[in-house]
Amino acid sequence: MSLRNPLARAKGLGSAKDGTSHWWHQRLTAIALALLTPWFVMFAVSLIGASHVAVRGAIGHPVTATLLAAFVLSLFWHARLGLQVVVEDYVHGWLEIALQVAIKFVFALAAIASLLAIGRIVFTA
Amino acid sequence: MATPKRPLSPFMIGPYYRPQLTSMMSIAHRATGVILALGSLVLAAWLVAASENAMIYGGFSALLGSPPGKIALFAFSASLVYHFLNGIRHLFWDAGHGFSIPKAYASGYAVLALSVVITAVLWWCGLGGVA
Repeated sequence: MSLRNPLARAKGLGSAKDGTSHWWHQRLTAIALALLTPWFVMFAVSLIGASHVAVRGAIGHPVTATLLAAFVLSLFWHARLGLQVVVEDYVHGWLEIALQVAIKFVFALAAIASLLAIGRIVFTA
Repeated sequence: MATPKRPLSPFMIGPYYRPQLTSMMSIAHRATGVILALGSLVLAAWLVAASENAMIYGGFSALLGSPPGKIALFAFSASLVYHFLNGIRHLFWDAGHGFSIPKAYASGYAVLALSVVITAVLWWCGLGGVA
């Protein structure tokens, strides 16, 4: 039972109920990236100097395409969450709002463009 | 108001604290994170170039292989190795392990040493050391 006046509860907005959401998703994507990054680095190094056909063939492999999609989604989500905190800490005023909106849009676009590119390669392989 | 102009909670970089391994590695984690966020956009551009024709992909590859491209790739790879290793250090802290000062320093030095070694090995492989 709460000792708070019901009117006070009704008038106050209260907790947004997502206080730990940002922290948790930063860690969740960190764990995903900790698992996927060693694979991605070996994949990237193996493609140094490779021809366009070889690169498309490698990305077009179903397992590679799946892991690559998982990697870019975790990466852009993690980057977006991280940059948000950096801007919150060091940038203030109207520039802060503008940067926060720009970061969300740029990383959403990067995720969409990357998935479409992987899809184009997989479906035309 | 008679409030003196002094920060209530001084920033870790500045005249108020001596530089420490732990604080410097903390700000380096952020700095490498920002570099990698930019690098992730290059990765997106690389995927889009690969989904296009051979001429566009060739142009993009040539850009990455040029001296400025190689410098950027070196910055991205070194940042990735450091941020990856230090990120694992952070995940252990989040789980409540390695918080004592000697352990925080030991893991810090381990991350720095491994970052140099792994980045060097990656570039040795990438520049044709295996072949």
